[in-house]
Amino acid sequence: MSTALYTQLLYLVCGGLLLTSVLTLWRRELSALIRLLTAQGVLLAALAALLGTQDGGLELFAVAFGVLLLKAGVLPVVLRRVLVDSGAARETQPLVNVPSSLLAAALLTLLAYAVSRPLVDLDPTPTTHAVPVGIAMVLLGFFVLVTRRRALSQVIGFLLLDNGIAATAFLVTAGVPVIVELAVSMDLLLVVLVLQVLTARLRAAFGDTDIDELRELRD
Amino acid sequence: MTSTGTGAGTGGLAEVLLIGVPLAAPLAAAVFARARREPSRAAGWVTLAAAVAILLAGTFAAALTVGGDELTWGSILRIDALSAVMLIVIGSVGVIATWASIDYVADELASGEVEAHDIRRYATLVPAFLAAMVLAVLANNLGVQWAAVEATTIVTAFLVGHRRSRGSVEATWKYVVICSVGIALAYLGTILVYYAARQTSIPEHGALDWTQLVAHANELDPGVMRIAFALLLLGYGAKAGMVPLHSWLPDAHSQAPAPVSALMSGVLLPVAVYVLIRYRVIAVEALDPTFVRNLLLVIALASLVLATSLIIAQRDYKRLLAYSTMEHMALVMLGLAVGTPLAIAASLLHILGHGLAKAVLFCSAGQILLLERTTRIDGVRGLLSRHPALAAVFAVGFLALLGLPPFSLFVSELGLARAAAADGLGWVIAVALGLLVIVFVSISAHLTPMILGSVPDTGEPAGLKTAAPLVGGLLVLAVLGVVAWPVDQLLHTASLIGGTR
Repeated sequence: MSTALYTQLLYLVCGGLLLTSVLTLWRRELSALIRLLTAQGVLLAALAALLGTQDGGLELFAVAFGVLLLKAGVLPVVLRRVLVDSGAARETQPLVNVPSSLLAAALLTLLAYAVSRPLVDLDPTPTTHAVPVGIAMVLLGFFVLVTRRRALSQVIGFLLLDNGIAATAFLVTAGVPVIVELAVSMDLLLVVLVLQVLTARLRAAFGDTDIDELRELRD
Repeated sequence: MTSTGTGAGTGGLAEVLLIGVPLAAPLAAAVFARARREPSRAAGWVTLAAAVAILLAGTFAAALTVGGDELTWGSILRIDALSAVMLIVIGSVGVIATWASIDYVADELASGEVEAHDIRRYATLVPAFLAAMVLAVLANNLGVQWAAVEATTIVTAFLVGHRRSRGSVEATWKYVVICSVGIALAYLGTILVYYAARQTSIPEHGALDWTQLVAHANELDPGVMRIAFALLLLGYGAKAGMVPLHSWLPDAHSQAPAPVSALMSGVLLPVAVYVLIRYRVIAVEALDPTFVRNLLLVIALASLVLATSLIIAQRDYKRLLAYSTMEHMALVMLGLAVGTPLAIAASLLHILGHGLAKAVLFCSAGQILLLERTTRIDGVRGLLSRHPALAAVFAVGFLALLGLPPFSLFVSELGLARAAAADGLGWVIAVALGLLVIVFVSISAHLTPMILGSVPDTGEPAGLKTAAPLVGGLLVLAVLGVVAWPVDQLLHTASLIGGTR
């Protein structure tokens, strides 16, 4: 693949990643959020495969396949099962309305560019120039996590944040060593399974899984 | 590509055993508990045996590494004096907590509040928790270490949510969400360290090995390392109960079963601090040391102030213990901020002393809760006249925790003060001591009526359960405070690894 084509495809994929993150602030239906998360998983796998064409080894293609399986296959299935069980199809009113959220997204993206200057400066290649996208995805995921009230949308925020970290890892170093990658994926899967059980328990204990209901424990 | 196979098999049989046993013993105990259909005391005794195995392995490893040597297993696992200290902490707090677990579980089952399969899960998860912490301490590969710390969150989730009350479900949710986010930020930090390392002369397969990173620390790019260290401090700081991601701590500690609270407070939080000690060694070489110090100072002092303010008006004795944990971890982090060998040695001694005292306190608080059926401070009165032995252990544990001589926390707090004063941080000591005095007065005020107050009724006095580990823990604390020889040399060697200059 020529460098020019590679660079164009890379920026296309990164643009898609950022777009899916921003769209999660716009949509409120939980089922739509899960679809966006699935799309982001596919793009993340595409990113790994794209880096694999430059790297030459087969390892990154294997990682790409793993990412596809986990982030576009297993995790969305688990989330959908939680959604079906809970029966609440729509997101409650978020703490911040959509226009302000989108404004915040713009500011967070600018912040990501400012913060990641040293990261790009250390090794300025076409790939590392896309690092701010990864950092922006982390910040946007964090924003979703703190401004949404449903238990499931908090899980989605956490997964968006995690996708941002995975994207950053691919962009700066073409992924971490495989042993670490495996351990990380394993942990992520287990965390989501734990959260799945917990949403069921939250519902059993508090009725609806609105985080604002959690007021049992205070000083 | 990966770091396996680079130096595998370098160790002799003894080294392999010393690294393998503390990992294998608790895992075997978990499998044993899982395999049994009915909850039984046998599973508890096997877990206790695993904790003893960790303690023994730690002691032997300490004897071998006290001269500055290290034991390695490939490039992934490694023991030096610093990790030996932590193994001893895990082993000794683990012995107290798992011993107390045996009676705790039996009482709980008898009370009918939990079912048999809850007990079986508890018996499986507690040794798995120990194994994850041992792995975090032994890991030389920082990625594996991260995965081990994250695994502790996963394993403890259903230990915090052992009972299915509203309170414990809420505590578990907060715990898993906040700690997962924190640890995700730490992962981002780890990746940035890896990125910086790849631009140096470190070979690719060793770019996450702590030993390699320390050797090449001055080649790491300061701009990237500054962001990385801030993220690592935020992330592992969340696991250590430091601001700003601390809010899970009081809820999880007050809702978890008493022995689990003991393990979280006495070992899990210190393991997170231990990881930061390791990273700090790299950071002070790669960055401006004053940047590292200021960052640590801000986090530690903010946590200390917050913990103190919440102790003053506390009405729940389990939450009181939780905030006291936060206060003591903040003191240890102050030691990290100072960062000289003396300060690191004092911090490590403080970790050991605090772990023992907190294990005794949480386990006896669990017994008080079972007798009194309330966690409110004003719901418990006149313990000494009604349950003398239990009240005495609880009270003496608090005296140790408050830093009175002859207990070792007195020595370590004095050491921290001396280290900070010697390094020109006198104002920090003034602030910290002021806060400690406030904590001392408020805890004494909370505790006096609980222990001494007037007696509402005189029922049958309940004896102290599992007296041996609780009294033993207090005795060890007193001995450590008076004579230094058992750990003196080990702490000295460890402090040279973790301290600068």
